[in-house]
Amino acid sequence: MTDTATHPRNSIVEDKPRLLEGEGLVKRYGQLTVLDGVRFRVDAGDAVGVVGPNGAGKTTLLSVLAGSVAPNAGVVRLRGDDVTRLPQHARCRRGIGRAHQVPRPFGGMTVLENVFVGVSAGAGLRGRQAHARCIEVLELCGLVELANRRADSLGLLHRKRMELARSLATGPAVLLLDEIGAGLTDAEAEQLVETIRELRRQGVAIAWIEHIVHVLVQVVDRLVCMDAGRVIAEGPPREVMESAAVIDAYLGKAAR
Amino acid sequence: MTLLSVERLDARHGLLHAVRGVSLALAEGEKLALVGANGAGKTTLLRALAGAHPAAAGTVRFDGADITALPAHRRVALGIALVPEGRRLFPEMTVVENLLVAGRHRRPGPWTVDTVLDAFPLLRPLRHRRAANLSGGEQQATAIGRALMTNPRLLLLDEVSLGLAPQAVDAVYESLTGLIASGTTVVLVEQDLARGMQIADRVICLLEGRIVLEGAAAELTRERVTAAYFGLGGLGGAGGKP
Amino acid sequence: MIWVSVVIQGVLLGAVYSLFACGLSLMFGVMRIINLAHGDIAVVGAYLAWVVATKAGVSPFVSLIVILPAMLVVGYALQVALLARSLRGGQLVPLLTTFGLAIVIQNVLLEIFSPDVRSLGASAGAITKSSWRITDALAISWFGVAILVVAVLVLGGLDVFLRRTALGREMRATAQDPDAAQLVGVDARAVYARATAIAVATAALAGTFLAIRSTFEPSSGPTQLIFAFEAVVIGGTGSLWGTLVGGIVLGVAQTIGAHIHPQYSMLAGHLVFLAVLASPRGRMLLARSART
Repeated sequence: MTDTATHPRNSIVEDKPRLLEGEGLVKRYGQLTVLDGVRFRVDAGDAVGVVGPNGAGKTTLLSVLAGSVAPNAGVVRLRGDDVTRLPQHARCRRGIGRAHQVPRPFGGMTVLENVFVGVSAGAGLRGRQAHARCIEVLELCGLVELANRRADSLGLLHRKRMELARSLATGPAVLLLDEIGAGLTDAEAEQLVETIRELRRQGVAIAWIEHIVHVLVQVVDRLVCMDAGRVIAEGPPREVMESAAVIDAYLGKAAR
Repeated sequence: MTLLSVERLDARHGLLHAVRGVSLALAEGEKLALVGANGAGKTTLLRALAGAHPAAAGTVRFDGADITALPAHRRVALGIALVPEGRRLFPEMTVVENLLVAGRHRRPGPWTVDTVLDAFPLLRPLRHRRAANLSGGEQQATAIGRALMTNPRLLLLDEVSLGLAPQAVDAVYESLTGLIASGTTVVLVEQDLARGMQIADRVICLLEGRIVLEGAAAELTRERVTAAYFGLGGLGGAGGKP
Repeated sequence: MIWVSVVIQGVLLGAVYSLFACGLSLMFGVMRIINLAHGDIAVVGAYLAWVVATKAGVSPFVSLIVILPAMLVVGYALQVALLARSLRGGQLVPLLTTFGLAIVIQNVLLEIFSPDVRSLGASAGAITKSSWRITDALAISWFGVAILVVAVLVLGGLDVFLRRTALGREMRATAQDPDAAQLVGVDARAVYARATAIAVATAALAGTFLAIRSTFEPSSGPTQLIFAFEAVVIGGTGSLWGTLVGGIVLGVAQTIGAHIHPQYSMLAGHLVFLAVLASPRGRMLLARSART
């Protein structure tokens, strides 16, 4: 599925199907420029990690891609179609899923019901199909025993899993993850890594913002580092994390 | 002489376990730099030391006395002062008023409104300006001055360079080195590793609420700190923690 | 000439409202608490004045000497025992707590004092009957002027307290950032308790004056609360002088409305209140309250 025919502006010809991409993304809040001409892409089957110091614009980038924030300039394309003006719920139905940094479950509903919302509203499934998909997702995220518990009675780890499950329930082609690794014990982090690997096996593409870098690098093939609204490094995880530019961004310039 | 002693401190942030079993000891006059990625627990740790954040477990001892349950305003009377992240000045009050509020609960010591304005000369012409109308650097100077007004024995500084232009950061650090030379015990959270290691005798690196590296500033290399910072175990390792 | 008289009466009426509004404004400004029991606390003050005045046989003005300090203590205790805990529950809990408190107070007063309407005007002495005759159409009551003077002194005094004294500075600092205030040694709990103490005492003062000026009974509280609330909104929550102005504007609106038609007095006040709320200033006030 190349898009050079329909979008001749793209002079880059790639064999891999371009799933989700953003080009020239700019976002300003008053005087503050949070995204300064960012180019980002996730291809089918890809797993990309996004790192960078606080205030770099990582979450804003994800929000622009997901559709909860409209950029001041730039274009977002899903499978080659321009979705920049498309609202978040419509993008969700077309295959962009998002798990937030701070889980916001539907407190009064059970875990199963929370996931069901994703399945029916997001994936558009009904009846037995919907129920089956719910169970599938709960199994994948290790939440089957908790299916009938009220969402607001869950501890942090399970809330995060439910956040992931709910975004998975919508049947995304590409999943945007925002700092879902925080606060986990070593064992829990390992489980999370396994879950994400399983998702990749199932064909879901991943874009993952994370501060817990040592968890991230176990899953992603490519790392993008942002600082002050720009992409300052991109490439294989090792290379990026060892590059001077990235270290300087996090830790400040080395003393002379 | 140990001024501050922390044993297996735990602190939570909502449901998140932000500080996990942190233990450290600080001698009087020592300067400690706390580094770590965002979310590593540095701010929560400082706030727990200042009493602004409850300890879920563990003890904090100051000058031998157990202060774990002591609320923040009482710790100020003992000599612990925190310059919070983001300055947190009283926006509708002038520079002098900000200083005076802290001055009411001072311990005996050299810091008064006059000596603070001497230490931060850029503030003298601004002393009757509302805090909300100050620049970032001026606010930072005021915030540090405000903490000094309580004549602390232990000064906690949380990200004083955050959001400041490089020249402003230089100015802040210049004033700080003067203060620090006078022997105050300092714990400094600083994103900029070079500056932190410039001031500190010791460095502690936090990762996900735990101490992953500790050592004398003079002995630690930037590479070792970087490896601990990201938990990547240096060159060649594939994702394990050091 | 008659309009001059109407306006002057409005100003004097407004002074009472300002006194009522003072405590409400202070509690909202410092703690972001809207004390729905404020009017009822004022009525408690009125009843206390009545009890002291009848039992001790003194004028209600003299009873204030006992009541005001007592109400300061009551206010302090109210904050420490009740409101401090409800503050921890979030923004809505204090509203519920003070609402419940209002109901409790009204019913306790009803139990103890019966629903009889009372007034302290009789025992207050000559001052409440006298007035200056300026012209045939214009008479200004001594007592009205006295209330205005007291209102200016109380609100002005509080303003000076907040701006010039160390305790006042602490209160302002705690109002702006309680967390940062704690970090520089301010005991926020004590500051809140002091603010409530002052609010309760001024409410008692206002209630006593109301009782002397007109009548009161156990359920008089909510009406006074509404007027106080309107005065605070009209005047803005930024300063106590604003509260004075707000009360006076409300009083004048009501007397002008009453002059047009006796039934329009309340309505006129409400209309002015709504007009301010709809103005840019009013919308900013709503935004500020929502943000906290």
